[in-house]
Order: sequence, then C-alpha cells, then structure tokens
Amino acid sequence: MSSRYFGQPVKRREDPRLLTGGALFVDDVHLPGMLHVAFLRSDFAHGRLNGVDVEAALQHPGVVAVYTADDLGDYWRPGPLLVPPPPIEGIVFHERTQVPLARHKVRHVGEPIAVVVAESRYVAEDAVAEICADIDPLPVVADMDAALEAGAPLIHEDLESNLAAHVVQHKGDYETARRQATRVVSGRFTYDHGIAAAMENRGVVADWDGREQNLRIWDTTQAPIPIRNGLAAMLGLSESQVQVIAPFIGGGFGPKIMMFYPEEVLLPWISMRLNRPVKWIEDRQENFFATTHERGQTHEAEMAVDAAGRILGIKDVFLHDGGAYDPYGLTVPINSQCTLLGCYRVPSYYSEFKAIFTNKTLVTPYRGAGRQHGVFVMERLLDLAAAEMDIDRVEIRRLNLLAKEDFPHDHQIIYQDFAPLVYDSGDYLPAVDKAAEMIDWQRFIAEEQPRLRAQGKAVGIGLVTYVEGTGIGPYEGARVTVEASGKVNIATGVGTQGQGHFTSFAQVVAEQLGVDIADVRVTTGDTREFQWGCGTFASRGAVVAGNACHAAALVVRKKILALASELLEAAEEDLELVDGKVAVRGVPKTAMTLGELAVKANPMRGAVVPGTEPGLEATTYFGPASGTTASGVHAMILEVDTETFDVEILRYVVVHDCGKVINPMILDGQIHGGVAQGIGNAFYEQLIFDDEGQLLNASFMDYLLPTSTDVPTIEGAHMVTPSPLNPLGLKGAGEAGAIPVGALFAQAVEDALSGLGVKIHEIPLSPHRLFDLVHGGGSQHGGGSQHGGGSQRGGGGR
Amino acid sequence: MSTTAASNRHPIRLTVNGEVHEREVEPRLLLSDFLRHDLRLTGTHVGCEHGVCGACTILLDGAAVRSCLMFAVQSHDHEIETVEGLGTAEALHPLQEAFRDTHALQCGFCTPGFLMSLVPFLAEHDDPSEEEIRHALGGNLCRCTGYQNIVEAVRLACRRQRQGDAHGLGEGAVPGEMS
Repeated sequence: MSSRYFGQPVKRREDPRLLTGGALFVDDVHLPGMLHVAFLRSDFAHGRLNGVDVEAALQHPGVVAVYTADDLGDYWRPGPLLVPPPPIEGIVFHERTQVPLARHKVRHVGEPIAVVVAESRYVAEDAVAEICADIDPLPVVADMDAALEAGAPLIHEDLESNLAAHVVQHKGDYETARRQATRVVSGRFTYDHGIAAAMENRGVVADWDGREQNLRIWDTTQAPIPIRNGLAAMLGLSESQVQVIAPFIGGGFGPKIMMFYPEEVLLPWISMRLNRPVKWIEDRQENFFATTHERGQTHEAEMAVDAAGRILGIKDVFLHDGGAYDPYGLTVPINSQCTLLGCYRVPSYYSEFKAIFTNKTLVTPYRGAGRQHGVFVMERLLDLAAAEMDIDRVEIRRLNLLAKEDFPHDHQIIYQDFAPLVYDSGDYLPAVDKAAEMIDWQRFIAEEQPRLRAQGKAVGIGLVTYVEGTGIGPYEGARVTVEASGKVNIATGVGTQGQGHFTSFAQVVAEQLGVDIADVRVTTGDTREFQWGCGTFASRGAVVAGNACHAAALVVRKKILALASELLEAAEEDLELVDGKVAVRGVPKTAMTLGELAVKANPMRGAVVPGTEPGLEATTYFGPASGTTASGVHAMILEVDTETFDVEILRYVVVHDCGKVINPMILDGQIHGGVAQGIGNAFYEQLIFDDEGQLLNASFMDYLLPTSTDVPTIEGAHMVTPSPLNPLGLKGAGEAGAIPVGALFAQAVEDALSGLGVKIHEIPLSPHRLFDLVHGGGSQHGGGSQHGGGSQRGGGGR
Repeated sequence: MSTTAASNRHPIRLTVNGEVHEREVEPRLLLSDFLRHDLRLTGTHVGCEHGVCGACTILLDGAAVRSCLMFAVQSHDHEIETVEGLGTAEALHPLQEAFRDTHALQCGFCTPGFLMSLVPFLAEHDDPSEEEIRHALGGNLCRCTGYQNIVEAVRLACRRQRQGDAHGLGEGAVPGEMS
C-alpha cells in the first residue's frame, strides 16, 4: 500500500493554536479565587538551618499562609527514587532524594525553605523578603576531587563520605590488550554540560475541589501519569481523584521529567489545605537554581591500539558531579559509560565511575543525558591515536566501525534501561562516507585548507560519529476510537513539549484507517484521557507511543473490516478503507462511512455479543524489551579568529539514521534544534560556580544561549536502517542532534589551531578559554601517549 | 496581576489590538503581567523577565518592544498590538502561515515574540539577505528550532509578500496538509 501519511512531511496540526496565542500553557490557567505562591530559597550552598521566622510574612497584607517544613507533618518526606540502580555486580549506590522544604540543613543554593501563599505573586514575593531563615553556613563541597578527600565536609552526614555511587563495568581483558598494543594514547578529559533552559520555566497549578473531592493539577511535566500516581499516593487519594494535565509545554529537554520537584509536591497539598486553587510559576532566576542541571564529568581515559590503528581496548575512570541529591539514580553516568563505545568495535573495555554528592543543584538528564560526555572521550581518543600514528581522522574511524554483519551487536555491559547493551541494527560505514563526501573531506584537506591557511585563515575540519540508545521501555499505550461523526480520536499518556505528537501520531493512525488527517484528534498528557504510561524522555515518544498508536489502529482497522464484511456480505480481503469510507474494492456504491459503521457498532437495540466490545475502539500497549540504537555522523568546517578567538561555523553536515521516519519535516526540526543546543554546549554555555557553590551567571545576560547569528544552516542527509525491535521500524531522534557536537567542535578547533599546538581536552570552549589555551601554552588537562607496554610518557603533539 | 494595595493605583487607558481598555493598576505592575493576567491576553509569553529572550515582544505604537521591560502605567495613551491581533487559527496572518509551512516552531512558546519582532521587519524589508534576517532574529531566543526554519519562514513570507500573495499559499505549496 502506498503511504499517504506515514513518512510524509505533513504540516503540524497543533500550529494554528500555537501561532495565534491560543494554546494553553500552564501559566495561562486562570481559575476563580486562585492564590499565588512564591518560595524562600536558600542563599547558601551548605548550611545548618536552625529555624525560620515567618511571623512578619504572615502579617503582610494579602498573605494567606506561610509554610515551612515543620508545617508539613507526615507529608514531609524525601521524594521517590525515580530510577533505581541497574543490576550491575558490585554496584554501590546511596539513595538520598530531595525534600519538599529544607529541614535542619540546606544543601544547595535555591533549595526551598518556606512557601508563601498570597493574593498575588507580587505580594507573595514581598512577603518572602520578610521571612528570616537562621542559617549557619557550613564548608561547601563544590569540587569533585575535594569532595572525596578525607575530612571533606559531609553533605549527607549519615554517610561516610560524599560518594553517591561507585560502578565498574568491563568486558574482555583490558590489561592484556594494553600489553599487546602498539600504542596507548591517553588523556584527562573534562566535559561540562549546562542547563536545558527551556523557554518556558516550570509551573504548577493545583485545584482541589472539596465538593467533588477531586484534585486537578496542571503541571509542566514530561510525564503526567507517574506524577498523578505519585501524588495520589502521597496525598492519600485514589488515583481516580487526581487528574494531572500537561497542556502545551514550552520545551522540556529532560529536566521536566517526573521529578517530584518540591513545588510539584507542595502546590497540591496547599490547595487541599486551603481548599482554593493555587499557582506557582518559576521565574528565570529560580530556573537556574531550582530546575535540575546536567553539568560535568572528569575522565582519565586511555585507548590501546594495534599497528594499523585498530582499537584493542579502552580504559576509562571518571568522576560524575551528581549535585546534592540523586533521585534520578545513575542514568546520566551509565549513559556516559555505555555511549562511549559508540559506533566502534571495542574488544576490551574497563569503565569505572564514582558519582559524587556536591553542594549544587541536582543533576538529572538533559538532552543527551551523559551521552555527550562518553562520545567526547571516545572521539578525542581516536583523534589522539590518529595524530600519533599519522592516520587520517576519517580513516581511523572507518577502520574501527562496526560492520553491517556485526548486528545485533552485544557490548556485554548493562545499559540505563537495565537491559544488556545490544545494538539492534545499524550500517555505519555508508553514513561516514556520505558525511565525508558532503563536507568534501579529501578536497578540503588537500586543497582548500592549505589555500586558506596561506591567506592566514585558521580553518579546521572535523568529523565524528555517535550512537544514541533510544526508545527504551517499559511501555506506552494508546486508545484509538472512531466516533459516530466518523472522526477519529487518539489518546496516549505521554506528554508533548514541541515534538509534534499531535501530528505524527495522527499520521500513524490515519495511515491505517484511511481517514483524512484533519479528522484525527490527538490528546496527550491528560491522565483523564489516558491513564497508563510513562512519559516523554530518552527519545522514546515516537518509538514507544508511536508504535502503541499503530497497534491500536491495527485493531480498530480489523474491527472495521469485520463489521463491514458482515454488513456488506463481502470477504474482508475484498474491502478497502479509503477517504473515511469502507467499500467493496471496485464497487463504490457499497461504500459506508466509518461514522455509519461506528453507529452500527454501538447499537441502541440488540445485544453486544459476549466476547465482543461495543464501538470501533481499541486500547493497545507497546513495550520494547530493550531500546533501539540510532546513529549518526556530524562534520563541520569552522574558522577561528586568531585575535578574538571567536569561532565561525562555515559548514555543518549531519548524516543521521533513526530507522524509518514518520514525518521528515519534524525529524529535521529535531536535528536542527539538537545541533543548536550542542553548539551552545560546545562554545557558549557553562554554569560558573565559585568555591562557595554560588552560581555566578544565573541570568540570560551571563549564561549565553546561542542565537540566530551563532547557529549555521545545517545540511542534512538521512540513512534508513529500520529497527527490527518495533513494527514501524522506528528509532528515536530527540537527542541525537545534541550528542556529538562538543566532540566535533574540539576536533575542528584543534585542527584550525594546529599551527599553535593547542590540544582540546575539554568542553565547553569559549573565546576566552581558547585565548588561555593558546597563550597559556596548551591544555590545562594535558594529554599524551604511551608506547605499548611501556611507561614512557610520549609527546602530545601531532 | 492585581494586588490588594488598592490605594496605590493609577488609572490607565490604552488600546490593545484595536480595543480600548481602562484599568487601575499598581505602578510596579509589568506590562507583560498586565496583558497576560489583567487583560487575559495570554499569547504574550514570559520567558526571562529581564529583556533577553524576547518571548514577550509586543508592538507599542508599531515598534517591537519587550513587555517585561515596561510597566503597565507606561503604556497609558499608547497603542499596543499582541499576537492575538495578528491572525486567527482559521485565517492565519501570512507570517504565521509561513511559520507553519516551514516548521518554524516546535514547542511554540517563543513563537509569539518572534512573530511580533518580525512584523515591523517585514514592513521594512522586501527582499532581505540571510544576514539581515538572522540579525533581525538575533534578539529572540528559541531553544527548539535552531533558527534554521525561522530564517526560512521569513524568506517565504517575504517572497509571498513580493508576489502580493497576501494569504499564504504561495507557489509550490499544496493547500491542505502537506508542507
């Protein structure tokens, strides 16, 4: 059957409302009698909280209530552990989750201490200023190395140290590989990822209706169903009494996952206590402190290679900054650990990390979720080896890629979804060759670069690869209904933050039911519409919920054909579904509309036969046993201004493979946005803390997001290696664009500055940092090589 | 957003999207909050409240300004246009149509600000270069699109403007759903 919708660049159904200001975001919810909430947050990164004096605030005109931890009674408890540690032998994991309001101690700047409820947000903020929190500052743990030193101040005093977790994963025997190696390259690499900075800050509106005994919550969450379930349990309500709605969300990127943020937990409690609707909308400054970060890791890594440049093994030992609490378990560092292996054949691997508690905002996944860090280490090691052994950078990658015959490929370690890290499918070599061809690798290096360098231009070229584990379980579901009007309704439990689900899910279903997409309505993110599911994260929406929609549509299609077969007295094989009608193929006068069939399927007289259901409706679930691995290659040409050290990206190429594509227009948009965030990460964005754990650049004046003049036009190409793990053959794409940009940037900048001998072992860069690297005599982190089996420290130069 | 301190209020009179409004407001009330919460025109979004992100951009007497950097009292006797005055879901403004045709929005939160920044730009530019377009967009942050398709949307809107195609569906575009 030719595809009418699946795979087509269908324009988005949600756009007219978004374009005209008619879409509902959380801050647009306005309820009669609504009160407004503001928080007192800690100014100290670490301190003993002796008491909180709220008397003056309570007296402030317009203030309705002020609460501290002591007022919460049994409701005060640490939040849930959202992701337990994976089943890895010998794993150490200390669970310390965030609390609704600080009690006895504050552990990061921005941790909430008290909450004011008032007639307006302006008044609530006035009153916050009148609260007096008695805090004795404690020595601050801001640095990962210092955090583990004996005698370091303890963030969680019931633990012996600031160690949050210790994980070792390995395959093969790295030490043997090292002894057999022709060469060993090594380096100390730091990778710092910033904040998601969604344009919409977080927000919660909670509305307890005492008469109906129902609680409605509008929440900027990526995962409304887990939030509904968790809040119902905490509040002692039935899940059916709680409705969580994630309406239009102004960007998610990870930190809006089911965090059970303090504000998310407190607003419903306050609404029930006061029997009034309450609203809290985060401001941008709060977002810098109170919404989760991703931040940094420091890797000591080495790679053993044979005489031809083939990888024999990799050893990587790293520290991961987890922040003050670890409710999201080990997802980020496990992603780093696993994604490091990339597109390559790595016979032996030893990877060890320690996650560290620090007096900083919590670290949870942000677009890429630690994958960037691993990719950076791998790609930089390959670049080191290429330089040491005088192998072309593309060639050393081609040499080490997994071949098409290697799939499925078992890396023999455990991934973030607790399943073995097995790549389901892929075909990497054509993608590398395509990207090299598009960027004109050979000619640029042989002709263009020498010519431009002769003109004094510091131009560099780079090419890197990456994989992205996507579409992990456990499951999502969808309900597809043909209504009496002939229109089709789809409901699914995931939330939507701009990914176009209102269109792509409609495409999947319209394809099967032969209806006009204009007649398909999609609801996401409302627990009253669909109450089983997990959420939108880990590049899983299209893969998991998309396949659930597909499965439900197939069942409905079957019901349509069965009923029509009976009514038209024709075999199902002879029927066709076209233009919202079912008819005997070639006999148009037999056509019945789906609306007519829906009425017949839900009769007012007669019985529903046992074993059947009324209506043309199906609810179906899709749960993949493991994730599916997408991949890609990015290449770029850039120029560094050797006076200002500003960087201009001259060309940017993406060759991407995420299997079959529902909507190429939406996919391209995901890639563009991901690359832009990657560029921000590589060259513009960094959270700067001082030794006291104070974030020094908590505004958009000082924390720079890339603008339209910083992001180039991206030239893209798609390869299609369908996933065998789901019926639609999809792989996820949400995070892909962002993952390899830091590694690519480092390679291309290093190439551009090769005349100056600069080694790039860190991301983010900046003009300032490049100036220091050039004028300070090279990388602060060093790097170098060792010859096989020996201990002699080789030169780091190319 | 109103407060209880009624004594400290100033009468203002302004025109928003062609409609005259008279209200009493606190002097400290931001124009963005006034539009969103007092007039319930929630299409104007607030992203940073310090004048960087541009999501709250509106037209004040025809010029694009940030409503989070103004007090409501400063809009007294002025004419304001917000995204709600541009087009409707059923009849999009050509700029809105171009955004939809080129997939120039994802989450859509920043979009009203981009549109309002671009209205005066389009009035002044018939055939801008990519550099001019990117410069014009430089005061608005978008975290989803990487700007590429927004640049494309501006190009498309300009092309249609040159062709006098006021209602959107230019050459090559198929009416209906395909882009």
